[in-house]
Amino acid sequence: MIAIIDYGAGNLRSVVNAISRLGYQARVTSSPQEMLAAQAVILPGVGAAADTMTNLQTLGLVDPIRHFIAENHPFFGVCIGLQILFSGTEEGGWHECLGIIPGVVRRLPPGLKIPHMGWNQVKQKISHPIFDGIPDEANFYFVHSYYVEPEDKSLVAGETEYGSSICSVMAKGNLIATQFHPEKSGEVGLRIYDNFIKSALGAKENR
Amino acid sequence: MLTKRIIPCLDVKGGRVVKGVKFRDHRDAGDPVELAGFYYREGADELVFYDITASSDNRPIMLEVVERTASQVFIPFTVGGGLRTVEDMHRMLKAGADKVSINTAAVENPNLITEGAKRFGSQCIVLGMDAQRVPGSSPTRWEVFIYTGADGGRGTGLDAIQWARKAVELGAGEIVVNSIDADGTQAGYDLELLRAVSESVTVPVVASGGAGGPEDLYQALVSGKADAVLAASIFHYGTYSISDIKEYLANRGIPIRV
Repeated sequence: MIAIIDYGAGNLRSVVNAISRLGYQARVTSSPQEMLAAQAVILPGVGAAADTMTNLQTLGLVDPIRHFIAENHPFFGVCIGLQILFSGTEEGGWHECLGIIPGVVRRLPPGLKIPHMGWNQVKQKISHPIFDGIPDEANFYFVHSYYVEPEDKSLVAGETEYGSSICSVMAKGNLIATQFHPEKSGEVGLRIYDNFIKSALGAKENR
Repeated sequence: MLTKRIIPCLDVKGGRVVKGVKFRDHRDAGDPVELAGFYYREGADELVFYDITASSDNRPIMLEVVERTASQVFIPFTVGGGLRTVEDMHRMLKAGADKVSINTAAVENPNLITEGAKRFGSQCIVLGMDAQRVPGSSPTRWEVFIYTGADGGRGTGLDAIQWARKAVELGAGEIVVNSIDADGTQAGYDLELLRAVSESVTVPVVASGGAGGPEDLYQALVSGKADAVLAASIFHYGTYSISDIKEYLANRGIPIRV
């Protein structure tokens, strides 16, 4: 069972539609128990990190998420879902986040249009199953004003140019997270979800 | 680097597309969901639906269009037309729209921008702005017009550049600039207006109204410094395909997703 976490963020429907389109069944849930029982979890995200953390706390999802990831179960974070994995964010001052990945979240520097909105290339820094069938420098859809800076650079699986090189895909074991929105990135975006789910469900196709 | 966006725009009335593209086979050219799917497969970067139905009775029809589109099309799409309250915006977003566009309602109630941005995030709130050159003004000034759906609309006395700046301060995440002078003429966008807006705000600016061909889009993105272009007529009559446009722009050095 694939769980998509509903913590009150927007764009849940788009993620559900994408997973359905791929032929998988997903369960939308706010329940820590259901999440822990899932074979794979997707944490979608649109909005502000502080609100996201508050909502996750209210729903009692913070420790379960930490636990699920610590056990190396397949977990996919999208946009805000990438940012909150970090130690903290500059957004709205300073807010503590989940602290699963050492590093900070910073505002994109002035000089360029903010948010970073539109299609931009993802340079694949490592060979990884998440990129199966996806050409290097394929375009994905971004819409964000903050970016992540992991202390451990080896976690950066994909990079994108916007002012400087920003981390657009992070991979650590079965934890994958993207700054872009796969569900808004057309066919290559759908392929990203497909690659994640196929890995999560094992080598056998399970539809 | 970030590419420039090509965004087909569909006017929807009572759940049907007005001036749909001519399909070569039997597909329904009036069905917005069909057309959205077609543009998605053709390589559109985003889509915009404007609901131009006069009556708000047709709101449920539009919501159904949004829901069906969201289940088939995996690029961002924006819905505008007649959205007057935060609830209106919420309904569209919940149905599957990624962004909502507000125009007249924002001028009459700027708080709508703030409330919308606070509730859904700035990236979901697009300000649509119709502007007309003030005759004889030097340096050039443009006046914001509202109710442009019917009879050319009415002037507000607001300076377009100042309104754009204010809207961004209030929380708008993107501005769509429509030149009343250029709209529908297919003679090109108002480049001076576009550039003035683009240089005044830190959010993305979308050019709307006036495209006759690929050269116009090129100018909007270069001289006009726009981040994206909306186009309706040039796609709807089948004059140019999205890939024609994109190939042209890429060949002229514009960063484009192909």
